[in-house]
Amino acid sequence: MFDNLSEKLDKALHVLKGHGQITEINVAETLKEIRRALLDADVNFKIAKEFTNRVKEKAIGENVLTTLQPGQLMVKIVKDELTELMGGDVTGINLNGNPTVILMSGLQGSGKTTFSGKLANYLKTKKNKKPLLVACDVYRPAAIDQLHVVGVQVGVDVYSDRGNNDPVSIAKSAIAHAKTNGHNVVIVDTAGRLAVDEQMMKEIANVHKAIQPHETLFVVDAMTGQDAVNTAKAFNDILNFDGVILTKLDGDTRGGAAISIKSVVNKPIKFIGTGEKMEAIDVFYPSRMADRILGMGDVVSLVERA
Amino acid sequence: EKSNSSFFTKLSKAVAGKSKVDDEVLDDLEEILVSSDVGVNTTLKIIERIEARVARDKYLGTDELNVILREEIAGLLSETNTGEDTEFVVPTSSKPYVLMVVGVNGVGKTTTIGKLAHQFKKQGKKVVLGAADTFRAAAIDQLQVWADRVDVPLVKQQMGSDPASVAFDTLSSAMNQDADVVIIDTAGRLHNKVNLMNELSKVKRVMQKVVPDAPHDVLLVLDGSTGQNAFEQAKQFTKATEVTSLAVTKLDGTAKGGVVIGISDQFQIPVKYIGVGEGIEHLQVFNKYEFVDSFFK
Ligand SMILES: Nc1nc2c(ncn2[C@@H]2O[C@H](COP(=O)(O)OP(=O)(O)OP(=O)(O)O)[C@@H](O)[C@H]2O)c(=O)[nH]1
Ligand SMILES: Nc1nc2c(ncn2[C@@H]2O[C@H](COP(=O)(O)OP(=O)(O)OP(=O)(O)O)[C@@H](O)[C@H]2O)c(=O)[nH]1
Ligand SMILES: [Mg+2]
Ligand SMILES: [Mg+2]
Repeated sequence: MFDNLSEKLDKALHVLKGHGQITEINVAETLKEIRRALLDADVNFKIAKEFTNRVKEKAIGENVLTTLQPGQLMVKIVKDELTELMGGDVTGINLNGNPTVILMSGLQGSGKTTFSGKLANYLKTKKNKKPLLVACDVYRPAAIDQLHVVGVQVGVDVYSDRGNNDPVSIAKSAIAHAKTNGHNVVIVDTAGRLAVDEQMMKEIANVHKAIQPHETLFVVDAMTGQDAVNTAKAFNDILNFDGVILTKLDGDTRGGAAISIKSVVNKPIKFIGTGEKMEAIDVFYPSRMADRILGMGDVVSLVERA
Repeated sequence: EKSNSSFFTKLSKAVAGKSKVDDEVLDDLEEILVSSDVGVNTTLKIIERIEARVARDKYLGTDELNVILREEIAGLLSETNTGEDTEFVVPTSSKPYVLMVVGVNGVGKTTTIGKLAHQFKKQGKKVVLGAADTFRAAAIDQLQVWADRVDVPLVKQQMGSDPASVAFDTLSSAMNQDADVVIIDTAGRLHNKVNLMNELSKVKRVMQKVVPDAPHDVLLVLDGSTGQNAFEQAKQFTKATEVTSLAVTKLDGTAKGGVVIGISDQFQIPVKYIGVGEGIEHLQVFNKYEFVDSFFK
């Protein structure tokens, strides 16, 4: 799977080799292969199409640099374009509140609870904060226990109210609790929900409205397929979230969903999850992600070979 | 159903105002299939077959496209004998019948086990569960909640204990209780982690000390919203544990379940169950005729 793109580009670029200039005709095959590779990486169909169209526009005509082989030029164009798409500055978490309130959101099993623990640990050890974890998932079996175990693992207090089925009131009480106990960050874990589940989407909208978080984060599994755009859009429509967390990047997925999400909601990807342990968190580097999606390590070596 | 109706809606839109299947319709069809996570390979296969028919029959009307697509998709599903069953069945060939559930993180293994236990119990089977996910925070408590809900016994040890030892205990206990079916939960693991994949092989080996031909079924759970990585998951888990059946979960979402088509096309493993919600009744036996119907209704 990982060799897919470099192989494909190699094949496609072969067509271009020996031609002096990029033309509508000789670029067609390459573009098809690039698009196919993006689809294999789970980039959304429409976005992959737009992307290759932009690449084509840049490639044809006046942009041709005669000093470069067409193959090299194509690689460079694709790489630059993708980096730009993934780009923007590295964005951290806004920690200006007192306490700073952070709300987690996302589909079932995406990694919200685990990431809540990781973030608490990160803020505690790296930013010298005193976080409070809040258990607002009142549905999933043992969700509250899970957050308590995570809290113990990272040495952070956990607020829960087992008799209470109302996430809004739990979250509000938790913030009050944080104020009286000197916590300067409050991380609210919520239940997983589907974007099409109106009642559950309304619930998180209510939580959001009640606690006015400084940071609302959308947690998404890096292995997500074509539907990533719809899900991200639906959550963004309701929460206008501040950033995206991409989890399970320790797998071998290319993670094309990252491009799709970035394109459709234009919110920064702030952190990535790279394992199940509490230390497996990293800030997001757009260029690295672009490299990963395109297998750029391989592509760069292609340029050198060309 | 809302998840699948969009496929048909999109298809209708693609052919609206057209009398015959032309390149534009085929392009739209490609988009619809890829956007349903069918996968590029299987999509191209379907498109090629339809192209061949267009070439052969010279003229192919858009109203025939539905019929043909349906045939093609059902055809792909048939090749793996997927979806012949209509009810939850526990084979009586072995007692206890041992089922091991595997998959990457967060796909719905534990939930599927709870739902399955419920179905088997409804049929009067004696079910025992084994909590061999000893790693994830509160994984044991989660399965305990399900065991209590369904009212079946759970064999467990402390968090952090050896999963193989839990599986061993579960099978021994099931033998003693004369149970009909045993379901072993395992920790989620990404298929590219060699150590964790080897651990699964060990769990299997240790179970065989109690029941020599166990596990009788290795159920790989796939998240229905997963993209192309699902194929790699199927491949690697099959390599490590000889997966014998699949469950595809979270099909109550907007994911169109196209991954079922792609997986059935690329692997010789039948899809047995689909998850359509978080509730105890939200598991269905996968039936290819119903599935194809729901895709086109
Ligand atoms: N390999 C890997 N596993 C992860 C990562 N993040 C989370 N997980 C695992 O993914 C599974 C689901 O994580 P949870 O944190 O329970 O997900 P959630 O979003 O809270 O799930 P729900 O509350 O059920 O919606 C668990 O097995 C986690 O250990 C990651 O970055 N890498
Ligand atoms: N909507 C929906 N949610 C589901 C379905 N199946 C499972 N879930 C949810 O997905 C999340 C993860 O389910 P689990 O059963 O914990 O998944 P798992 O594979 O055991 O996870 P790990 O043990 O952490 O690897 C939970 O929130 C479940 O309620 C389904 O069919 N539909
Ligand atoms: Mg959770
Ligand atoms: Mg589990």
